[in-house]
Amino acid sequence: MNLILHVWRQKNAKDPGRMVRYEARNISAHMSFLEMLDVVNEELIARGEEPIAFDHDCREGICGMCGFMINGVAHGPERGTTVCQLHMRHFKDGDELYIEPWRSRAFPVIKDLVVDRSAFDRIIAAGGYISVRTGSAPDANAIPVPKENAELAMDAAACIACGACVAQCPNGSAALFTGAKIAHLGLLPQGQPERDRRAVAMVVQMTKEGFGHCTNIGECEAVCPKEIKLDVIARMHRDYLHAAWTGRQKPGFREDQPAEEPMAGNRR
Amino acid sequence: MELNSKVPDVPIEQAWDRRKFEMKLVNPANKRKYNIIVVGSGLAGASAAATLGELGYNVQCFCYQDSPRRAHSIAAQGGINAAKNYQNDGDSVFRLFYDTVKGGDFRAREYNVYRLAQLSLNIIDQCVAQGVPFAREYGGLLENRSFGGAQVSRTFYARGQTGQQLLLGAYQALQRQVAAGQVKMYARHEMLDLVVIDGRARGIVTRDLITGRIESYAADLVILATGGYGNVYYLSTNAKGCNATAIWRAYKRGALFANPCFTQIHPTCIPVTGEYQSKLTLMSESLRNDGRIWVPKRKGDTRPPDEIPEDERDYFLERKYPAFGNLVPRDVASRNAKAVCDEGRGVGPGGYGVYLDFRDAIKRLGREVIEERYGNLFDMYERITGEDPYRVPMRIYPASHYTMGGLWVDYNLMSTIPGLFVAGEANFSDHGANRLGASALMQGLADGYFILPYTVGDYLASNKLEKVDTTHPAFRSAEAEVACNIKRLLDVRGSRSVDSFHRELGKLVWDYCGMSRTAEGLKYALKKIPELREQYWREVRVPGESEEFNQSLEKAGRVADFFELAELMCLDALHRNESCGGHFREEYQTPDGEALRNDDEYCYVAAWEYRGEDNAPALHKEPLTFKYVQPAQRSYK
Ligand SMILES: Cc1cc2nc3c(=O)[nH]c(=O)nc-3n(C[C@H](O)[C@H](O)[C@H](O)COP(=O)(O)OP(=O)(O)OC[C@H]3O[C@@H](n4cnc5c(N)ncnc54)[C@H](O)[C@@H]3O)c2cc1C
Ligand code: SF4
Ligand code: FES
Repeated sequence: MNLILHVWRQKNAKDPGRMVRYEARNISAHMSFLEMLDVVNEELIARGEEPIAFDHDCREGICGMCGFMINGVAHGPERGTTVCQLHMRHFKDGDELYIEPWRSRAFPVIKDLVVDRSAFDRIIAAGGYISVRTGSAPDANAIPVPKENAELAMDAAACIACGACVAQCPNGSAALFTGAKIAHLGLLPQGQPERDRRAVAMVVQMTKEGFGHCTNIGECEAVCPKEIKLDVIARMHRDYLHAAWTGRQKPGFREDQPAEEPMAGNRR
Repeated sequence: MELNSKVPDVPIEQAWDRRKFEMKLVNPANKRKYNIIVVGSGLAGASAAATLGELGYNVQCFCYQDSPRRAHSIAAQGGINAAKNYQNDGDSVFRLFYDTVKGGDFRAREYNVYRLAQLSLNIIDQCVAQGVPFAREYGGLLENRSFGGAQVSRTFYARGQTGQQLLLGAYQALQRQVAAGQVKMYARHEMLDLVVIDGRARGIVTRDLITGRIESYAADLVILATGGYGNVYYLSTNAKGCNATAIWRAYKRGALFANPCFTQIHPTCIPVTGEYQSKLTLMSESLRNDGRIWVPKRKGDTRPPDEIPEDERDYFLERKYPAFGNLVPRDVASRNAKAVCDEGRGVGPGGYGVYLDFRDAIKRLGREVIEERYGNLFDMYERITGEDPYRVPMRIYPASHYTMGGLWVDYNLMSTIPGLFVAGEANFSDHGANRLGASALMQGLADGYFILPYTVGDYLASNKLEKVDTTHPAFRSAEAEVACNIKRLLDVRGSRSVDSFHRELGKLVWDYCGMSRTAEGLKYALKKIPELREQYWREVRVPGESEEFNQSLEKAGRVADFFELAELMCLDALHRNESCGGHFREEYQTPDGEALRNDDEYCYVAAWEYRGEDNAPALHKEPLTFKYVQPAQRSYK
């Protein structure tokens, strides 16, 4: 099949960027979307032009490195699928596709379709862990975990930090990503001691990074390649409010960042 | 060169305890005065960096992806072994040790493997405490399964995403140290050279992949945890960015490279569909528990599978190995699939595929059971191929998956360059000539959480290291070499893309140094590879500049190193006149077609020393002795 592509080209962070039209010819239905772009890139190289830059690594939907908008939808039309696992059989001859990077204040563009998602790492650094010194752990079976909880924790832990949720959200909120980690750790007995602290620290960091507020629109859930459920956001709210009510957390708060602020959107 | 494995001279059960006792400790107040570089943030690198940071050292950690959480450990599906014996089915540290030595076809160092089996217990404890959501039974205790033909259930798993969950545990521990200021993380930085000063590893040169800047970092020691080199075959189950560059540059600076020809080909991957194919996807080995593998009896039979009657099908594994059937080890299953395809009986486009058929299992157990067991794998298969494996048999074919070879290390995981430590898939230790399923994750975490933190401290406490910073001339000259190499690549301005060369190289290595090898084929490859490499340096086209985000340039450097490594692999494969594990030389097989070892002549680790561009590398041997497990011929009849 043959396709028309309109691809966002931007040389670097300072360049204003623009859409450029390309033709993708002789595309096989068995190709993945990224393999289709490989073919286009090979042609560009042969013509002496610069190939389209896009992030990718595992190409099996697990590393979270790939991702861009296809006709306004993060990771394209297939549910629960990253662009590296999206195959061309879902498109047809003559389709015209608009391909753009994640657009979000917190994800500045580096080049073409490549963005900077380091804000996610800083949210995890703020508290997305269980503090356990290496070698100090009790026997793995010392604390039983109900199967249901382990399964729910696993559902949330499946997040690959791709950023699609942020890109699709009209507010640019990272609530699904942050909620997923808070839910994963908060569902396990091992995660209890730091639960209040964690929720507050991560939510505060999320706000600091310039992500927008969650207003329960749900677009994030619809595009999430790992089908993380909105419930995790409810869990995040609950843990955050619990921490605020009991006043047990203090770390992470700054004078310039009142406790209410990060969740303001939710009260609207 | 004398290769001293530094194995403690005490009975194997006491060896690690003894070593820990012998080792010198660094005074806690002094730890912050030491700088440590960790290259790699996979299971091995992230666990090492997090633990060393926690101990109080200043750590700088590097990875080429945009976040440490994306290292290829994330893709491991099946699980991680540990000799917990929670199932009360007779497992023990000794049994895991025994299985690993035997599975490696008696080409691993016994003492290392024993320690690995011991540490497997601590790993699971550590991971559970970190919040890794392993599968559980209804009683709330951990669930296990048997994996890769093991007779005990010792594999812990988190759905089909075990590697992801273990890596996220290590990554979160790492981020905690980043927040504490103990670790500084450099994502999107690629190591391009190792700096050796007065015979010791003292730093690295990197390229900032966003700005293209060449930078130097100095330290008291360097740890490489940069993963495997399976992408030398171009098509593999590795991530696109997996590379040999870091270990290859260390090799060229004097670290010995051990057993480069020991590579593992995984039998159950989705076959190639066309020229454009960019990678191969692994389908979990567990599918062989219920799926039956077959091809048509007749050559060139193009009928759809459901039109091929039962008596015209060849269930070749069941036929040749009645005892183990479809569950023979990876190398045996892979070689047999290749053999029937080479005979012209392969299926699917291109003829390189065999059927993995669930028809009988569905009949016997019902669709629901199969769905429960393999539902997510079936979905994944359908997503990629567009075929419904409940109705049409899956098509599978072997693919490059893991590399047992790597930089030579002693019992303390130090290479032949003092101060250069190597962990995870990047080193050669523990798996011998063949790795058992679910044991790479175990090794990466044992190295990073539990071995390096001790041995690194011993090195620092026992050696007086001069202060060195990046103003040292050795950094200037390494930077200049790196810059020159980049300029050379950009200046070729030829007509062929990097990928097209990589694909051609990969095919050569796959055909002659892949699943089965012959002296003749290896000699041919050794003639062809240098020719192709010369062509590469004459005709490759690398668009763009050095001082910018440039993915073509990143690839070009990696492929240049793969060319050189490919040659060493073939050399190693040619010198080893025996078959063992993943290294199958057609000339050396039993009448049944099994790998035929030659313990009298080849019971050693082959460690290669770089001797400059114009000289052949020198071979050094570390003899292997087996005191606890008696070498025997594997048999799966
Ligand atoms: C599809 C698949 C499934 C698998 N399933 C299993 C399984 O079920 N059980 C099991 O035990 N094993 C499994 N394995 C094997 C196992 O996953 C790997 O061997 C292991 O994870 C390797 O870990 P590592 O830390 O050594 O390297 P990796 O996780 O590959 O990490 C390498 C790190 O080094 C960095 N790096 C590399 N080169 C450079 C450079 N030049 N400069 C800077 N940084 C660099 C990378 O950025 C990355 O952070 C599987 C492997 C694959 C491919
Ligand atoms: S929640 Fe879903 S969409 Fe958001 S980062 Fe995680 S996997 Fe991606
Ligand atoms: S490339 Fe890893 S998720 Fe797409």
